[in-house]
Amino acid sequence: MIWIPAILAIVLVGWFVLTYNALVRLRNQFRNAWHQIDVQLKRRYDLIPNLVEVVKDYMSYEQETLTRVIEARGAAISARGAAEQGKAENALTESLKSLFAVVERYPELKANQNVASLQEELTATENKISFARQFYNDSVMTYNNKIQSLPSNLIASVFDFSPAEYFEVGEESRAVPKADLR
Amino acid sequence: MICPGCGTANHPDAAYCNLCQKSFLPAGVSRFAGEATGGSPGPAAPLLRPAPMLSFYEAASRNVRMSRLLFLALFATFLAVGGGIGSAYGNVGYGVALALILYAILASTAYFTGSSLVLSIHGAREADPAIHRKLRNVVEEMSIASGIPMPRVYVMESRGMNAFAAGRRPEEALVAVTTGLLERVTREELQGVIAHEMAHIKSRDTLYNICAAVLVGSIALLADMFLRGAPFRGRGRSGGGGRGNAAFLVLGVFLAILAPIAAKILQMSISRQREYHADAVGAQFTRNPLGLASALRKISQTGADVPGENRGTQHLFIVNPLRHFGDDASALLSTHPSTALRIQRLNAMAGIAPATFGS
Repeated sequence: MIWIPAILAIVLVGWFVLTYNALVRLRNQFRNAWHQIDVQLKRRYDLIPNLVEVVKDYMSYEQETLTRVIEARGAAISARGAAEQGKAENALTESLKSLFAVVERYPELKANQNVASLQEELTATENKISFARQFYNDSVMTYNNKIQSLPSNLIASVFDFSPAEYFEVGEESRAVPKADLR
Repeated sequence: MICPGCGTANHPDAAYCNLCQKSFLPAGVSRFAGEATGGSPGPAAPLLRPAPMLSFYEAASRNVRMSRLLFLALFATFLAVGGGIGSAYGNVGYGVALALILYAILASTAYFTGSSLVLSIHGAREADPAIHRKLRNVVEEMSIASGIPMPRVYVMESRGMNAFAAGRRPEEALVAVTTGLLERVTREELQGVIAHEMAHIKSRDTLYNICAAVLVGSIALLADMFLRGAPFRGRGRSGGGGRGNAAFLVLGVFLAILAPIAAKILQMSISRQREYHADAVGAQFTRNPLGLASALRKISQTGADVPGENRGTQHLFIVNPLRHFGDDASALLSTHPSTALRIQRLNAMAGIAPATFGS
C-alpha cells in the first residue's frame, strides 16, 4: 500500500503550490493597485494647468479660486509621506469642486467646448482616483482574508505574508463638506 | 435617514439600517400596507415574494452558489443521459465516454468561434474616442474599479436602450451599448450599466454560457441519436453483452424525451442567476446599486430594441431585447429575470424595502 502515502504527498504538494501562488498573486495585485492610484493622481496634476489656462480669461473676478487650485496642486505634488499627501490631495479635490461651482455661474464658460471636455476629463479622473482607491481596498480585503483564514494562513505565516493596510480618508474629509458660496 | 442605533446615514427611503441591520419601522407594520389596497398595483403586481434584503457581497456569493448548483445539475443530467443510453445497450461506460467525446468536440467548436460574429450581427462599430469620450471614460473607470483590463468599446446605432458584453477571457473582452442608451442615461446610470457588463466579463459569463449551451446541445443530440437508435444498435449487439433490457429501454426512451426539456429549463435558470449575479457584482464596483436600478427603469419605459435582435444572442444583453417589462418573472424558459424583480433586488442592496403586495 505504498500508493496511499504517495497520493497524499502529491495532494499536499499540489495544495502548497496553489496556495503559495495565490498568495503571491494577491500580494502583487494590491501592490499594483496602490501604484494605479498614483497614476491617476499624476493625470490630475497634468490636467489642471490646461483647465486653468482655458478658464482664466473668463474669470477675471475669480482669481482667488484659481490661485487656490494652483496652490493646492503645487502642495499635492510636493507633499511627502502618506498622511501629508492624503491631506493635500483632499484639499486639491475641494478646490476643484469650488472651481466647478464657479464655472456653473458663467453661462459662456459652460457653453465653451474646451471647458466642457476638460470638465468631463477631470470628473472622470476624480472618479478614477476614487475607484482606484476602492479597488486597492478591495484587493487588501481579499488578501487579508486569504492570509488570515484557514488553511492558507499556515503557509502565509511561514513565508511571512503580513497583513496589508487599508487606504483611509482622514477625519477632516469624512466630515460633510460645507458649501462655499462666496 | 440616520440610524438611531449606530448613527449611520442611510437612504431616505431605507426601511432598515445598512450597517447594523436595525429596522426603522415599528414592529409588525409594513409601510407599504396602504399601497397594497389602494390604486392599481401596476406591472409589479405578480411579485408575491419580496426580494431578500442582502448586501452585494452576500447577494453575489449566494448567486455563485446557486449557479454552481444548477450547473452541476445540468452536468449530472448530461452524464445520466450518456449513461442511460449506454445501459440500454449494455455498457454504461461506453455511453458516458461517447457523451464526453461529443461534448469535447462541440465545446471546442463553440469556444473558437470568436465574438466578431456577435458584433457584425448587431451592427456594432468601435466607439470613436472623440465623440464617445464620456462612454470611454466610464468604461475605464469601471475597469479600474473591477481590476480587469480595459475592454474594447463598441456602439450600436439604435433608438432602443441596451448593452452587451462578450469575450471568453477578460483580456479579449468587449462591451457594446446602443446610441439610444447613451442619449438617455445620466453618468451615474451609465456607470451602473457598464459595471453590470464588466461583472459579466470578470465572472467569465460568456464561457459559462458557452458551456451550458453546449451541454444542452449535446443532451439534445444524444437524445435524438438514442431515439433514432441507428448508431448504437449494431455496435451494442456485436459487443456481446448487448442484451437490450426492455425495462431499461422504456426508461431510456422516457429519459430521452424529458432530458432535453429539463436541460433547457436548467440552462435558462443558470442564465437568470448570472444576471442577478452581474447586478450584485456591478453594485460592488460602483458601490451604488441605485444607478443600475434607475437605468433599468428607464430601459423598461423606453424599450430595449437593438438592430438584428434574434433568439441566438438575446441572452447576452443587459435587458432581453425580445421580452417586455411586464412578462412573468417565473417564466421557466426566459433568459433574464423580470426587470421589475431585478430593480427590487438592487433596491434591497441599497437598503430600500421592496413593496409587498398582498400578504
